[in-house]
Amino acid sequence: MKSKSRAKPKGIAWAGEELSQKQIDRGSVLQTRYRPEAKYSWAAGQAMSRFLEELQNGKLIARKCQACQRTLFPPRMFCEQCYRPTDEWVYIKDTGMIETFSVSYLDKDAKRITDPIFVGVVSVDGASPQMGMMHYFGEVTKESIRIGLRVKAVWKPPQERTGSVLDIRYWKPLPEGRR
Amino acid sequence: MRKVACIGAGMTLFRRRLKETPKELCWEASRMALDSAKLEMKDIDAVVTGSAPDAFDGVHQKGEYYADGCGGFRKPITRVFTGGGTAVFSPIAAWWHVASGLADIVLVVNEEKMSSCYPHPQSVFAHIWDPILDRPLQPNLVWIFAMEMNRYMTVHKIKKEDIARVAVKNKRNAVAHPAAQLADPRITVEDVLNSETLAWPVQRLDISPPSDGASALILASADAVKRLHVESPVWFDGVGWCIDSTMWTDRDLYFPEYLARASQMAYKQARIDVPRKQIDFAEPYDPFDYKELHHMEGLLLCKKGEAAKLTREGVTQRDGDLPTCPSGGLLGIGNPIAATMGIKVGELYWQLSGQAGKRQIPHEIHTGVTNAWGDLMQFSSVVVMRA
Repeated sequence: MKSKSRAKPKGIAWAGEELSQKQIDRGSVLQTRYRPEAKYSWAAGQAMSRFLEELQNGKLIARKCQACQRTLFPPRMFCEQCYRPTDEWVYIKDTGMIETFSVSYLDKDAKRITDPIFVGVVSVDGASPQMGMMHYFGEVTKESIRIGLRVKAVWKPPQERTGSVLDIRYWKPLPEGRR
Repeated sequence: MRKVACIGAGMTLFRRRLKETPKELCWEASRMALDSAKLEMKDIDAVVTGSAPDAFDGVHQKGEYYADGCGGFRKPITRVFTGGGTAVFSPIAAWWHVASGLADIVLVVNEEKMSSCYPHPQSVFAHIWDPILDRPLQPNLVWIFAMEMNRYMTVHKIKKEDIARVAVKNKRNAVAHPAAQLADPRITVEDVLNSETLAWPVQRLDISPPSDGASALILASADAVKRLHVESPVWFDGVGWCIDSTMWTDRDLYFPEYLARASQMAYKQARIDVPRKQIDFAEPYDPFDYKELHHMEGLLLCKKGEAAKLTREGVTQRDGDLPTCPSGGLLGIGNPIAATMGIKVGELYWQLSGQAGKRQIPHEIHTGVTNAWGDLMQFSSVVVMRA
């Protein structure tokens, strides 16, 4: 449809009064401050409890669904595709491939950092194709990291493991030709 | 199902930080929408509202907290929430109020005040991640986009400069929008490519800003349109929404399959078989520049990997054959998450009723489509509208 120019008449300001960062920093506008005190303790659940236990053992574990024949990783007690219980625990390897990555100059609070964090998704050998987890990459540079790079988990020493995804320090490149 | 039209719209300025409270923002947007439809709150049968995580405002149950501002007073009121997808999902929820016959005229109000979370809303985005698998890695929200963008670019061999063209187009389009936060008539591809790298491949000018703002729409049945003698109703011809598996590290991020499914749901209802031919313009959700391209492909407006080419060839400019984000988008106007309804469904309404002013697409248009996207990269909502 062609314009009928029934837009808001000129001269009427659209609502909203902008405040600047300076006004906030100087305290020149009225405001109220509050810091919430909230703490949580999450139950890891059936699938994740076993997954975390196995991480502490230095192993990665998945669940097999006999209906779709997928090896589901991260593991879950039901297959969301078949909507039925999964059938068995299966160990998978601690090698894989970089599906995607980022070189981050931001920390968790969006603060700038100079030593970048290499992070991405690694698909793990033994799980169904493209199934993997988010994790860090190490022993790489922003020039050497690439999608498709073969990688292997670098584990913390057993006594330092706590049953966490951080029991893997990072994933490092496998030498060329190594599976 | 009954036919449903949009008969009015309103929105506030979008800014990094506004003085108004959430209630006041809702009031301003709602009042503008009511005035544009020449209605009063007594004419409204029900209110539907949408807002993103409560943690931005720091007031849990914020739907109830700001309800007065939406006219949610002695009336049925419903708050819906699908993350960033809320921008197009609350109009869908309002649509089913009217389509079902439950209500004749519904006010939809979306609000977001991200600046209350100080010094940066990023710290509460940390709380959307899985507590066991993801959160120990201290993820940043930008990582999601960086990982998805890298996958998309690599699979299709798309150059960063072709993605930057989207940011340039939208920030330039936004110059014509009275509410715009980041309009820039002189921005160039080089500016985007030279901006600070935040999480490669994402650079500062690839991203929409956090914003405060509110928007409102008025939806009415065909009976109400007739009774009120509405001059230029814009009809909802199809709605769709879909979620993929929450196990996001098990999906190939290069293509938004959930959006393709949501689009097919909406297109079936709107009797659209060849979207590229039957749709005249689009407002794909553009929180990041590559997302506009990703969403054009998910909306089935072009082949996989082809959106960058259409952008490079100028097809998606306001005077092109398939204008995208003629509003200026989230990249140019701002990204108060749920409130971007005003530049998505709101822009479809303004364009299709000929009220877009300086933003008006210069050629004849009949059909538009828009989408929004949310949760951990797995939800999308789609609306098709016709004049």
